[in-house]
Amino acid sequence: MSATASDDAALRRAVLEALQRIAPEISPSEIAPDVPLRDQVDLDSMDWLNFLVALHAKVGVDIPEADYAKLATLDQLLAYLKAKRASASHTNGA
Amino acid sequence: MIEFKLPSLGAEMDQGTLLEWKVKPGDPVCKGDVVAVVDTSKSAIDVEIWQEGTVYELVHAIHDTVPVGGVIARLLEPGETAEHAEAEKRRIAAAVPVPAQAAPAPQAIAPLSPTPTQAAPPAAAERRRVSPAARVRAQALGVDLARLAGTGPQGAVTLEDVEKAATAKAPSPVDRALAMRAAIGAVMARSKREIPHYYLATDIPLARATQWLAQRNEGRPVTERVLLAALLLKAVARALARFPELNGHYRDGAFAPGAGIHVGVAISLRQGGLIAPALLATDTLPLDELMRRLTDLVARARALTLRSSEMSDATITVTNLGDQGVDLVQGVIYAPQVALVGFGRPSERAWVENGQVVAMPLVTASLSADHRVSDGHRGALFLNELSQRLQQPERLDEKP
Repeated sequence: MSATASDDAALRRAVLEALQRIAPEISPSEIAPDVPLRDQVDLDSMDWLNFLVALHAKVGVDIPEADYAKLATLDQLLAYLKAKRASASHTNGA
Repeated sequence: MIEFKLPSLGAEMDQGTLLEWKVKPGDPVCKGDVVAVVDTSKSAIDVEIWQEGTVYELVHAIHDTVPVGGVIARLLEPGETAEHAEAEKRRIAAAVPVPAQAAPAPQAIAPLSPTPTQAAPPAAAERRRVSPAARVRAQALGVDLARLAGTGPQGAVTLEDVEKAATAKAPSPVDRALAMRAAIGAVMARSKREIPHYYLATDIPLARATQWLAQRNEGRPVTERVLLAALLLKAVARALARFPELNGHYRDGAFAPGAGIHVGVAISLRQGGLIAPALLATDTLPLDELMRRLTDLVARARALTLRSSEMSDATITVTNLGDQGVDLVQGVIYAPQVALVGFGRPSERAWVENGQVVAMPLVTASLSADHRVSDGHRGALFLNELSQRLQQPERLDEKP
Protein backbone atom coordinates (compact mmCIF):
# COMPACT_ATOMS: atom_id res chain seq x y z
CA MET A 1 0.00 0.00 0.00
CA SER A 2 1.43 3.36 -0.90
CA ALA A 3 1.35 6.21 1.54
CA THR A 4 -1.25 8.81 0.70
CA ALA A 5 -1.18 12.55 1.21
CA SER A 6 -3.44 12.17 4.24
CA ASP A 7 -1.01 9.65 5.80
CA ASP A 8 1.73 12.23 5.37
CA ALA A 9 -0.37 14.92 7.01
CA ALA A 10 -1.21 12.61 9.92
CA LEU A 11 2.48 11.80 10.44
CA ARG A 12 3.37 15.47 10.36
CA ARG A 13 0.65 16.24 12.88
CA ALA A 14 1.85 13.43 15.18
CA VAL A 15 5.43 14.70 15.05
CA LEU A 16 4.41 18.27 15.81
CA GLU A 17 2.18 17.13 18.64
CA ALA A 18 5.07 15.19 20.16
CA LEU A 19 7.26 18.26 19.81
CA GLN A 20 4.68 20.49 21.39
CA ARG A 21 4.38 18.16 24.38
CA ILE A 22 8.07 18.80 25.05
CA ALA A 23 8.05 22.48 24.11
CA PRO A 24 4.56 23.85 24.82
CA GLU A 25 5.59 27.37 23.84
CA ILE A 26 5.96 26.62 20.10
CA SER A 27 3.28 27.14 17.51
CA PRO A 28 3.53 24.27 15.01
CA SER A 29 2.62 26.49 12.05
CA GLU A 30 5.76 28.54 12.65
CA ILE A 31 8.17 25.60 12.44
CA ALA A 32 10.18 25.96 9.23
CA PRO A 33 10.48 22.47 7.69
CA ASP A 34 14.00 22.98 6.31
CA VAL A 35 15.74 24.69 9.25
CA PRO A 36 17.29 22.51 11.99
CA LEU A 37 14.68 21.98 14.69
CA ARG A 38 17.15 22.70 17.45
CA ASP A 39 17.84 26.12 15.92
CA GLN A 40 14.13 26.93 16.20
CA VAL A 41 13.11 25.20 19.40
CA ASP A 42 15.00 25.24 22.69
CA LEU A 43 15.70 21.51 23.10
CA ASP A 44 18.43 20.17 25.35
CA SER A 45 19.62 16.57 25.15
CA MET A 46 16.99 15.48 27.68
CA ASP A 47 14.23 17.25 25.70
CA TRP A 48 15.42 15.58 22.50
CA LEU A 49 15.37 12.16 24.16
CA ASN A 50 11.88 12.81 25.54
CA PHE A 51 10.78 13.91 22.07
CA LEU A 52 12.02 10.61 20.62
CA VAL A 53 10.28 8.67 23.39
CA ALA A 54 7.03 10.48 22.55
CA LEU A 55 7.57 9.81 18.83
CA HIS A 56 8.14 6.14 19.51
CA ALA A 57 4.85 6.00 21.41
CA LYS A 58 2.91 7.87 18.71
CA VAL A 59 4.50 6.64 15.50
CA GLY A 60 6.02 3.33 16.59
CA VAL A 61 9.51 4.03 15.24
CA ASP A 62 12.48 3.64 17.59
CA ILE A 63 15.24 5.88 16.24
CA PRO A 64 18.74 4.61 17.06
CA GLU A 65 21.23 7.09 18.47
CA ALA A 66 23.49 6.68 15.43
CA ASP A 67 20.77 8.23 13.23
CA TYR A 68 20.27 11.41 15.26
CA ALA A 69 22.61 13.39 13.01
CA LYS A 70 20.44 12.67 9.94
CA LEU A 71 17.37 14.18 11.59
CA ALA A 72 18.13 17.85 12.00
CA THR A 73 15.09 19.33 10.22
CA LEU A 74 11.40 18.52 10.29
CA ASP A 75 11.50 17.44 6.62
CA GLN A 76 14.40 15.07 7.28
CA LEU A 77 12.63 13.63 10.28
CA LEU A 78 9.37 13.08 8.37
CA ALA A 79 11.16 11.43 5.44
CA TYR A 80 13.08 9.18 7.84
CA LEU A 81 9.95 8.11 9.74
CA LYS A 82 8.06 7.47 6.49
CA ALA A 83 10.86 5.26 5.17
CA LYS A 84 11.14 3.35 8.46
CA ARG A 85 7.41 2.72 8.58
CA ALA A 86 7.32 1.61 4.97
CA SER A 87 10.18 -0.87 5.47
CA ALA A 88 8.61 -2.13 8.72
CA SER A 89 5.26 -2.82 7.03
CA HIS A 90 7.12 -4.41 4.10
CA THR A 91 9.01 -6.88 6.32
CA ASN A 92 5.79 -7.62 8.20
CA GLY A 93 4.21 -8.49 4.87
CA ALA A 94 1.45 -6.01 5.60
CA MET B 1 4.00 13.10 70.47
CA ILE B 2 5.68 14.16 67.26
CA GLU B 3 5.53 17.80 66.27
CA PHE B 4 5.83 17.83 62.51
CA LYS B 5 7.45 21.04 61.39
CA LEU B 6 7.59 22.47 57.90
CA PRO B 7 11.02 21.36 56.62
CA SER B 8 13.44 23.59 54.75
CA LEU B 9 12.38 24.03 51.14
CA GLY B 10 15.70 25.31 49.82
CA ALA B 11 17.92 28.21 50.78
CA GLU B 12 15.70 31.01 49.56
CA MET B 13 12.46 29.66 50.95
CA ASP B 14 11.60 30.76 54.46
CA GLN B 15 7.89 30.05 54.23
CA GLY B 16 5.35 28.08 52.27
CA THR B 17 1.63 28.19 51.67
CA LEU B 18 -0.35 25.03 52.36
CA LEU B 19 -2.09 23.90 49.18
CA GLU B 20 -3.30 20.50 50.22
CA TRP B 21 -3.27 18.03 53.07
CA LYS B 22 -2.59 14.47 51.90
CA VAL B 23 -3.44 13.04 55.32
CA LYS B 24 -6.18 13.49 57.91
CA PRO B 25 -6.33 12.78 61.64
CA GLY B 26 -6.20 9.05 62.28
CA ASP B 27 -4.11 8.24 59.19
CA PRO B 28 -0.97 6.19 59.79
CA VAL B 29 2.19 7.57 58.15
CA CYS B 30 5.54 5.97 57.33
CA LYS B 31 8.95 7.43 56.61
CA GLY B 32 8.98 9.17 53.25
CA ASP B 33 5.20 9.57 53.00
CA VAL B 34 3.96 12.80 51.46
CA VAL B 35 1.76 14.50 54.05
CA ALA B 36 1.10 17.88 52.45
CA VAL B 37 1.63 19.97 49.35
CA VAL B 38 3.13 23.38 49.96
CA ASP B 39 3.52 26.17 47.44
CA THR B 40 6.63 28.31 47.27
CA SER B 41 7.61 30.93 44.74
CA LYS B 42 9.37 28.22 42.76
CA SER B 43 7.22 25.16 42.85
CA ALA B 44 4.51 23.19 44.54
CA ILE B 45 6.44 20.87 46.81
CA ASP B 46 5.39 17.52 48.24
CA VAL B 47 6.33 17.64 51.90
CA GLU B 48 7.57 14.31 53.19
CA ILE B 49 7.68 13.09 56.76
CA TRP B 50 10.61 11.08 58.08
CA GLN B 51 8.96 9.67 61.17
CA GLU B 52 6.41 6.97 61.74
CA GLY B 53 3.17 7.55 63.59
CA THR B 54 -0.50 8.37 63.37
CA VAL B 55 -1.78 11.80 62.43
CA TYR B 56 -3.34 13.37 65.54
CA GLU B 57 -4.20 16.87 64.41
CA LEU B 58 -3.55 19.27 61.56
CA VAL B 59 -2.43 22.60 62.97
CA HIS B 60 -2.81 24.66 59.81
CA ALA B 61 -5.57 24.99 57.26
CA ILE B 62 -5.30 25.11 53.50
CA HIS B 63 -4.05 28.54 52.30
CA ASP B 64 -2.23 29.23 55.56
CA THR B 65 1.28 30.55 55.12
CA VAL B 66 3.66 28.78 57.46
CA PRO B 67 7.28 29.65 58.24
CA VAL B 68 9.93 26.97 57.78
CA GLY B 69 10.19 25.27 61.17
CA GLY B 70 6.58 26.04 62.11
CA VAL B 71 4.54 23.12 63.48
CA ILE B 72 2.02 22.07 60.86
CA ALA B 73 0.76 18.81 62.33
CA ARG B 74 0.98 16.69 65.45
CA LEU B 75 1.30 12.93 65.35
CA LEU B 76 1.00 10.14 67.87
CA GLU B 77 4.09 8.00 68.18
CA PRO B 78 3.48 4.27 67.77
CA GLY B 79 1.60 3.12 70.88
CA GLU B 80 0.92 6.65 72.17
CA THR B 81 -2.54 7.61 73.37
CA ALA B 82 -4.44 10.81 72.69
CA GLU B 83 -4.40 11.59 76.45
CA HIS B 84 -0.62 11.39 76.45
CA ALA B 85 -0.45 13.68 73.42
CA GLU B 86 -2.70 16.24 75.11
CA ALA B 87 -0.49 16.16 78.20
CA GLU B 88 2.58 16.64 75.98
CA LYS B 89 0.93 19.56 74.23
CA ARG B 90 0.27 21.26 77.54
CA ARG B 91 3.84 20.60 78.66
CA ILE B 92 5.26 22.08 75.43
CA ALA B 93 2.93 25.07 75.58
CA ALA B 94 3.93 25.71 79.20
CA ALA B 95 7.59 25.57 78.28
CA VAL B 96 7.17 28.34 75.72
CA PRO B 97 8.59 31.53 77.26
CA VAL B 98 5.87 33.58 78.87
CA PRO B 99 5.30 36.91 77.12
CA ALA B 100 7.25 39.84 78.53
CA GLN B 101 4.38 41.51 80.36
CA ALA B 102 3.87 38.51 82.61
CA ALA B 103 6.22 38.26 85.61
CA PRO B 104 8.37 35.13 85.37
CA ALA B 105 6.86 32.49 87.58
CA PRO B 106 9.28 30.98 90.07
CA GLN B 107 8.29 27.52 88.92
CA ALA B 108 6.91 26.22 85.69
CA ILE B 109 3.18 26.33 86.25
CA ALA B 110 0.72 25.91 83.47
CA PRO B 111 -0.80 29.34 82.87
CA LEU B 112 -4.40 29.46 84.01
CA SER B 113 -6.21 32.00 81.96
CA PRO B 114 -4.60 31.91 78.49
CA THR B 115 -5.18 28.36 77.38
CA PRO B 116 -2.17 26.34 76.27
CA THR B 117 -3.09 26.56 72.64
CA GLN B 118 -3.29 30.32 72.78
CA ALA B 119 0.05 30.39 74.53
CA ALA B 120 1.83 28.57 71.71
CA PRO B 121 2.93 31.53 69.60
CA PRO B 122 4.84 30.18 66.59
CA ALA B 123 1.84 28.69 64.84
CA ALA B 124 -0.73 31.17 66.10
CA ALA B 125 1.37 34.23 65.28
CA GLU B 126 1.79 33.22 61.66
CA ARG B 127 -1.88 32.62 61.01
CA ARG B 128 -3.32 35.32 58.83
CA ARG B 129 -6.27 37.17 60.25
CA VAL B 130 -8.97 36.12 57.86
CA SER B 131 -12.66 36.32 58.43
CA PRO B 132 -14.29 32.88 58.21
CA ALA B 133 -16.49 34.01 55.32
CA ALA B 134 -13.43 35.32 53.47
CA ARG B 135 -11.61 32.02 53.99
CA VAL B 136 -14.47 30.00 52.55
CA ARG B 137 -14.85 32.38 49.60
CA ALA B 138 -11.10 32.37 48.95
CA GLN B 139 -11.07 28.61 48.76
CA ALA B 140 -14.02 28.63 46.37
CA LEU B 141 -12.46 31.27 44.13
CA GLY B 142 -8.93 29.89 44.33
CA VAL B 143 -7.54 33.09 45.82
CA ASP B 144 -4.24 32.77 47.68
CA LEU B 145 -4.82 34.46 51.03
CA ALA B 146 -1.10 34.76 51.68
CA ARG B 147 -0.74 37.23 48.85
CA LEU B 148 -3.61 39.43 50.00
CA ALA B 149 -3.20 42.62 51.96
CA GLY B 150 -6.10 42.76 54.40
CA THR B 151 -8.09 45.97 54.80
CA GLY B 152 -10.08 44.82 57.84
CA PRO B 153 -9.30 45.46 61.53
CA GLN B 154 -5.63 44.66 62.35
CA GLY B 155 -4.98 43.87 58.71
CA ALA B 156 -7.57 41.13 58.61
CA VAL B 157 -8.54 39.84 55.18
CA THR B 158 -12.21 40.49 54.53
CA LEU B 159 -14.70 38.96 52.15
CA GLU B 160 -14.42 42.11 50.04
CA ASP B 161 -10.62 41.77 49.81
CA VAL B 162 -11.00 38.22 48.53
CA GLU B 163 -13.56 39.13 45.91
CA LYS B 164 -11.53 42.09 44.74
CA ALA B 165 -8.49 39.85 44.38
CA ALA B 166 -10.52 37.25 42.49
CA THR B 167 -11.69 39.81 39.94
CA ALA B 168 -8.20 41.28 39.57
CA LYS B 169 -7.09 37.63 39.24
CA ALA B 170 -4.57 36.04 36.88
CA PRO B 171 -1.93 35.87 39.60
CA SER B 172 -0.51 32.50 38.58
CA PRO B 173 2.21 32.37 35.87
CA VAL B 174 3.29 36.00 35.91
CA ASP B 175 3.28 36.16 39.70
CA ARG B 176 5.22 32.95 39.97
CA ALA B 177 7.78 34.10 37.41
CA LEU B 178 8.28 37.37 39.28
CA ALA B 179 8.43 35.64 42.64
CA MET B 180 10.89 33.08 41.29
CA ARG B 181 13.10 35.80 39.83
CA ALA B 182 13.05 37.58 43.19
CA ALA B 183 13.89 34.35 45.03
CA ILE B 184 16.78 33.56 42.68
CA GLY B 185 18.00 37.14 43.01
CA ALA B 186 17.88 37.00 46.79
CA VAL B 187 19.81 33.76 47.13
CA MET B 188 22.38 34.68 44.49
CA ALA B 189 22.91 38.13 46.02
CA ARG B 190 23.46 36.52 49.40
CA SER B 191 25.88 34.04 47.85
CA LYS B 192 27.91 36.76 46.13
CA ARG B 193 27.88 38.90 49.28
CA GLU B 194 28.90 36.19 51.73
CA ILE B 195 30.84 33.53 49.86
CA PRO B 196 34.41 34.28 48.77
CA HIS B 197 34.22 32.37 45.51
CA TYR B 198 37.23 31.10 43.61
CA TYR B 199 36.89 29.78 40.07
CA LEU B 200 38.81 27.07 38.21
CA ALA B 201 38.29 25.41 34.84
CA THR B 202 39.85 22.66 32.79
CA ASP B 203 39.23 20.92 29.47
CA ILE B 204 38.31 17.26 29.81
CA PRO B 205 38.69 14.87 26.84
CA LEU B 206 35.46 12.98 26.26
CA ALA B 207 36.43 10.56 23.47
CA ARG B 208 36.37 7.52 25.73
CA ALA B 209 33.23 8.55 27.57
CA THR B 210 31.23 9.28 24.42
CA GLN B 211 32.42 6.11 22.63
CA TRP B 212 31.61 3.99 25.65
CA LEU B 213 28.15 5.55 25.96
CA ALA B 214 27.43 5.18 22.24
CA GLN B 215 28.30 1.48 22.39
CA ARG B 216 26.24 1.04 25.53
CA ASN B 217 23.23 2.79 23.97
CA GLU B 218 23.47 0.95 20.67
CA GLY B 219 20.58 -1.43 20.27
CA ARG B 220 18.85 -0.12 23.36
CA PRO B 221 15.32 1.18 22.97
CA VAL B 222 14.97 4.94 23.24
CA THR B 223 13.54 4.63 26.75
CA GLU B 224 16.70 2.95 28.06
CA ARG B 225 19.43 5.17 26.69
CA VAL B 226 21.73 7.05 28.99
CA LEU B 227 22.69 10.66 28.28
CA LEU B 228 26.17 12.10 28.73
CA ALA B 229 24.63 14.43 31.33
CA ALA B 230 23.94 11.43 33.59
CA LEU B 231 27.49 10.11 33.19
CA LEU B 232 28.89 13.54 34.09
CA LEU B 233 26.76 13.66 37.25
CA LYS B 234 28.00 10.21 38.24
CA ALA B 235 31.61 11.22 37.64
CA VAL B 236 31.20 14.33 39.81
CA ALA B 237 29.63 12.32 42.62
CA ARG B 238 32.38 9.70 42.49
CA ALA B 239 35.18 12.25 42.35
CA LEU B 240 33.72 14.05 45.39
CA ALA B 241 34.31 11.02 47.60
CA ARG B 242 37.91 12.16 48.10
CA PHE B 243 37.04 15.86 48.43
CA PRO B 244 34.65 16.19 51.35
CA GLU B 245 35.46 19.91 51.63
CA LEU B 246 33.50 20.52 48.41
CA ASN B 247 30.44 18.56 49.50
CA GLY B 248 28.31 19.94 52.31
CA HIS B 249 27.06 23.15 53.85
CA TYR B 250 28.53 26.26 55.46
CA ARG B 251 26.27 27.39 58.26
CA ASP B 252 26.75 29.63 61.29
CA GLY B 253 30.43 30.16 60.65
CA ALA B 254 31.38 26.52 60.22
CA PHE B 255 31.49 23.89 57.51
CA ALA B 256 29.50 20.69 57.97
CA PRO B 257 30.42 17.96 55.46
CA GLY B 258 27.43 16.38 53.75
CA ALA B 259 26.06 13.16 55.25
CA GLY B 260 25.86 11.78 51.72
CA ILE B 261 26.57 12.97 48.20
CA HIS B 262 23.34 14.52 46.98
CA VAL B 263 24.03 16.33 43.74
CA GLY B 264 21.66 19.21 43.01
CA VAL B 265 20.86 19.41 39.31
CA ALA B 266 20.27 22.89 37.93
CA ILE B 267 17.21 22.60 35.70
CA SER B 268 16.10 25.51 33.58
CA LEU B 269 12.36 25.91 33.30
CA ARG B 270 10.81 26.60 29.91
CA GLN B 271 8.81 29.54 31.23
CA GLY B 272 12.02 31.02 32.63
CA GLY B 273 13.75 30.54 35.93
CA LEU B 274 15.79 27.81 37.43
CA ILE B 275 15.41 25.14 40.04
CA ALA B 276 18.08 22.83 41.48
CA PRO B 277 16.56 19.78 43.17
CA ALA B 278 18.78 16.98 44.44
CA LEU B 279 19.42 13.51 43.08
CA LEU B 280 19.73 11.81 46.44
CA ALA B 281 22.78 9.55 47.02
CA THR B 282 24.03 10.22 43.49
CA ASP B 283 27.30 8.33 44.02
CA THR B 284 25.54 5.06 44.87
CA LEU B 285 23.12 4.97 41.92
CA PRO B 286 23.88 2.56 39.06
CA LEU B 287 24.00 4.52 35.80
CA ASP B 288 20.65 3.27 34.44
CA GLU B 289 18.95 4.09 37.72
CA LEU B 290 20.63 7.51 37.82
CA MET B 291 19.33 8.21 34.31
CA ARG B 292 15.80 7.16 35.26
CA ARG B 293 15.88 9.40 38.32
CA LEU B 294 17.31 12.30 36.34
CA THR B 295 14.56 11.98 33.71
CA ASP B 296 11.94 11.84 36.45
CA LEU B 297 13.48 14.78 38.32
CA VAL B 298 13.58 16.99 35.21
CA ALA B 299 9.98 16.10 34.35
CA ARG B 300 8.75 16.81 37.86
CA ALA B 301 10.78 20.03 38.15
CA ARG B 302 9.17 21.27 34.93
CA ALA B 303 5.73 20.17 36.10
CA LEU B 304 6.56 21.93 39.39
CA THR B 305 5.98 18.89 41.59
CA LEU B 306 9.07 18.27 43.69
CA ARG B 307 9.62 16.72 47.08
CA SER B 308 10.83 18.56 50.17
CA SER B 309 13.89 16.31 50.57
CA GLU B 310 14.89 17.12 46.99
CA MET B 311 14.61 20.83 47.70
CA SER B 312 16.63 20.89 50.90
CA ASP B 313 19.21 18.10 50.84
CA ALA B 314 21.55 18.94 47.93
CA THR B 315 25.18 19.03 49.08
CA ILE B 316 26.64 20.47 45.84
CA THR B 317 25.12 21.66 42.56
CA VAL B 318 25.99 20.75 38.98
CA THR B 319 24.98 23.05 36.17
CA ASN B 320 25.22 21.63 32.68
CA LEU B 321 24.69 24.07 29.84
CA GLY B 322 24.62 21.16 27.42
CA ASP B 323 25.13 21.04 23.71
CA GLN B 324 23.10 24.20 23.06
CA GLY B 325 25.24 26.14 25.49
CA VAL B 326 28.61 27.86 25.50
CA ASP B 327 32.09 26.59 26.31
CA LEU B 328 32.45 27.81 29.87
CA VAL B 329 30.18 28.53 32.81
CA GLN B 330 31.48 30.16 35.99
CA GLY B 331 28.63 29.52 38.36
CA VAL B 332 27.38 31.14 41.53
CA ILE B 333 27.39 28.80 44.52
CA TYR B 334 23.95 27.91 45.84
CA ALA B 335 24.37 28.81 49.51
CA PRO B 336 24.69 27.20 52.01
CA GLN B 337 26.47 24.76 49.68
CA VAL B 338 30.19 25.35 49.20
CA ALA B 339 30.81 24.37 45.59
CA LEU B 340 29.25 24.29 42.15
CA VAL B 341 30.49 22.28 39.18
CA GLY B 342 29.73 23.55 35.70
CA PHE B 343 29.88 21.86 32.31
CA GLY B 344 29.87 23.78 29.05
CA ARG B 345 29.05 22.52 25.58
CA PRO B 346 30.91 19.37 24.56
CA SER B 347 32.55 20.03 21.18
CA GLU B 348 35.40 18.84 19.00
CA ARG B 349 38.47 21.01 19.45
CA ALA B 350 42.13 20.75 18.61
CA TRP B 351 43.97 18.63 21.18
CA VAL B 352 47.51 17.39 21.35
CA GLU B 353 47.89 13.71 22.13
CA ASN B 354 51.15 11.76 21.81
CA GLY B 355 52.70 14.68 19.93
CA GLN B 356 49.90 14.81 17.37
CA VAL B 357 47.22 17.43 16.97
CA VAL B 358 43.89 15.60 16.84
CA ALA B 359 40.23 16.61 16.78
CA MET B 360 39.03 15.65 20.24
CA PRO B 361 35.59 15.96 21.83
CA LEU B 362 36.17 18.11 24.92
CA VAL B 363 34.07 19.59 27.64
CA THR B 364 35.21 22.51 29.78
CA ALA B 365 34.47 21.65 33.39
CA SER B 366 34.53 24.44 35.94
CA LEU B 367 34.49 24.63 39.69
CA SER B 368 33.25 27.54 41.77
CA ALA B 369 34.12 26.91 45.39
CA ASP B 370 34.02 28.60 48.78
CA HIS B 371 37.42 29.85 49.95
CA ARG B 372 36.29 29.67 53.58
CA VAL B 373 36.28 25.89 53.21
CA SER B 374 38.74 24.91 50.48
CA ASP B 375 41.67 26.25 48.46
CA GLY B 376 42.35 26.39 44.76
CA HIS B 377 44.96 23.65 45.07
CA ARG B 378 42.40 21.14 46.33
CA GLY B 379 39.86 22.41 43.82
CA ALA B 380 42.35 21.79 41.02
CA LEU B 381 43.00 18.26 42.27
CA PHE B 382 39.26 17.68 42.27
CA LEU B 383 38.86 18.76 38.63
CA ASN B 384 41.79 16.52 37.66
CA GLU B 385 40.21 13.62 39.53
CA LEU B 386 36.96 14.30 37.65
CA SER B 387 38.84 14.20 34.35
CA GLN B 388 40.53 10.91 35.31
CA ARG B 389 37.19 9.37 36.24
CA LEU B 390 35.79 10.25 32.82
CA GLN B 391 38.70 8.50 31.11
CA GLN B 392 37.49 5.23 32.63
CA PRO B 393 33.76 5.50 32.03
CA GLU B 394 33.09 1.78 32.49
CA ARG B 395 34.31 2.03 36.08
CA LEU B 396 31.71 4.71 36.83
CA ASP B 397 29.05 2.03 36.54
CA GLU B 398 30.76 -0.32 38.98
CA LYS B 399 30.08 -0.36 42.68
CA PRO B 400 32.33 2.06 44.59
